[in-house]
Amino acid sequence: MMRFSLLSKIQMAMVAALLALLTVVVVRDAGAQTAPTRIISVGGSVTEIVYALGQEHRLVARDTTSNFPAEARALPDVGYVRRLSPEGLLSVEPDMILAEEGAGPPETFDVLAGTGLPVVSIPMGYDLLAVERKIRAVAKALDVEDAGVELATQVAADVAEASQLAGLRDQKVLFVLSMQGGRIMAAGADTAAQGVLELAGAQNAISGFQGYKLVSDEAVLTAAPDVILMMQSHRPGATKPADVLAHPVVAATPAGRAQAVLQMDGMLLLGFSVRTGQAVSELAAGLAAAGS
Amino acid sequence: MVATTIDVVSRHDGDRTGGARKVTAALVLLLILVSITGLAIGAADTSLWSGLLAFVQGEELSVRDKIVLLHIRLPRLLTGVTVGAALATSGALLQGLFRNPLADPGIIGVSAGASFGAVCAIVLGTVLPFASALGMALLPIFAFAGAWSATLLLYGIATRQGRTSVATMLLAGIALSALTMALTGVLIYMADDAQMRDFTFWNMGSLSGANWSKLTIAAPVILVSLIVAQALASGLNSMALGEAAARHMGVSVQLVKRLTILCVAAATGVAVAISGGIGFVGIVVPHILRLLSGPDHRRLLLNSALLGACVLVLADVVARVIIAPAELPIGIITAILGGPFFLWILLRQRGVVDL
Repeated sequence: MMRFSLLSKIQMAMVAALLALLTVVVVRDAGAQTAPTRIISVGGSVTEIVYALGQEHRLVARDTTSNFPAEARALPDVGYVRRLSPEGLLSVEPDMILAEEGAGPPETFDVLAGTGLPVVSIPMGYDLLAVERKIRAVAKALDVEDAGVELATQVAADVAEASQLAGLRDQKVLFVLSMQGGRIMAAGADTAAQGVLELAGAQNAISGFQGYKLVSDEAVLTAAPDVILMMQSHRPGATKPADVLAHPVVAATPAGRAQAVLQMDGMLLLGFSVRTGQAVSELAAGLAAAGS
Repeated sequence: MVATTIDVVSRHDGDRTGGARKVTAALVLLLILVSITGLAIGAADTSLWSGLLAFVQGEELSVRDKIVLLHIRLPRLLTGVTVGAALATSGALLQGLFRNPLADPGIIGVSAGASFGAVCAIVLGTVLPFASALGMALLPIFAFAGAWSATLLLYGIATRQGRTSVATMLLAGIALSALTMALTGVLIYMADDAQMRDFTFWNMGSLSGANWSKLTIAAPVILVSLIVAQALASGLNSMALGEAAARHMGVSVQLVKRLTILCVAAATGVAVAISGGIGFVGIVVPHILRLLSGPDHRRLLLNSALLGACVLVLADVVARVIIAPAELPIGIITAILGGPFFLWILLRQRGVVDL
């Protein structure tokens, strides 16, 4: 049988303690890898979902389009969603990037791939299903899937309820993004504007093109909208309801004659995120008031 | 301008060759300093010194620092050097060829052609069947193809019976640019919001997308163009006296024209393809150097390449740190810094040199 001196026993105890400490450190490191705590959120709707899930303490930066809730603006801004720079992203030392589909440019993510930094792409879309998909994808990336399911269900219920209340009316609405040199930039198919109008049970007054386009005076006249929908803007020089109503062709439409213009916050209206239920009910209430 | 050229060519009182040599030396020094700055400064806190130290001591750098230094800053620096040299040299060459201080690559249709190519790639990229196969290479390839075809078309229009008329090229260039811009406008009309944003940003230029694969394609083309440009220097000097005089001096005028145009189309086409539209460098850099050290192309072309490289690398450093972690388009910086500086030089020298 071996005998140990007191000194060597102390030494052994110290080694054992050190080993235990190392194990703890290693385990904790492994834990840190599975749950990212330094996240860059790219895309306004993605950031909104992170906040709604109560995970904002894990964010270290955001992109230019992420400006709701107001606290998000205090985070460092890594630039426009489609024009991110690789060094800018790395400079905030992220351990994950949550990016909406279409974030870029691809060259930037190509460089980042070399660092092994996980980049999670969040799918986009302009209907209720897309909102739920978005929320679930963000929740999964944040490892809070249960909360994600709960939030998605709640948002879906909000939207369904708002849509049901709203679905009673069938108004033709012209979404005016801006006016350029006396011409109207309107929303066509495949836009967030058309998506939210459909959820509110209203119709896009104009069709036949995709995205936002300058439309001719005759097209506006033919569209005969009952209500004009616009985004609120506090920028000087932004198009105001009065500018649109002063347009002679708009003035000749039912909306123009009734002076029916509705203004809503752009991010709320077009974000297709957590607040879409609220957006649909506000839109429906606004349309009802403006159209009567 | 013509009057000062005669001074230099005939090496009388106005001989500024010695001065130009000093300017070259100063510019080489400046380029070294600027290059170190380009590697040392960026949004990330990665330090060039600790990187070098680790390299010297044979230690392994962290993956992140390695990527920042070797795959972000270094290719970006080298892209800035080559693109800056290409743009400034192209400007100097065309100002010499057209004997017009306002000439820049836009004059031979390069810019309009490249814009058209870029907008095609951005807007039609999702529709064209082969586009997905090219991936990220699609936009640079289209931009280059646009730049080249516009220039070759213009060259073809202006060349009759083996002689290129510089005046025809100038005027036809305006017509062709208008046409190309109209076609670009059609595509912009078809574009959606995101594509329009992409095109606007492309137009303002950026070195943010620099990587080794782009650089290994672009750098050799630009290097060859710069070397050929040097060989054209004496020919352009003689042509400053007029084409007829140059011909009597034994210069093969048509060859000088052809090579100049091809050189510019190659260098600018590639530069614009990898970095987007960066204005101002091609006009300002050669002018600053003419004011500093005279219009002798033998020095002017080399000095333009050096100063163009310095200016672009410096502008890029500013672009990436001024609103870090976001970035400004570099075309904005070159214009904001270059404009007032150029005006200052112009006003200071007003009494000395009459443009």
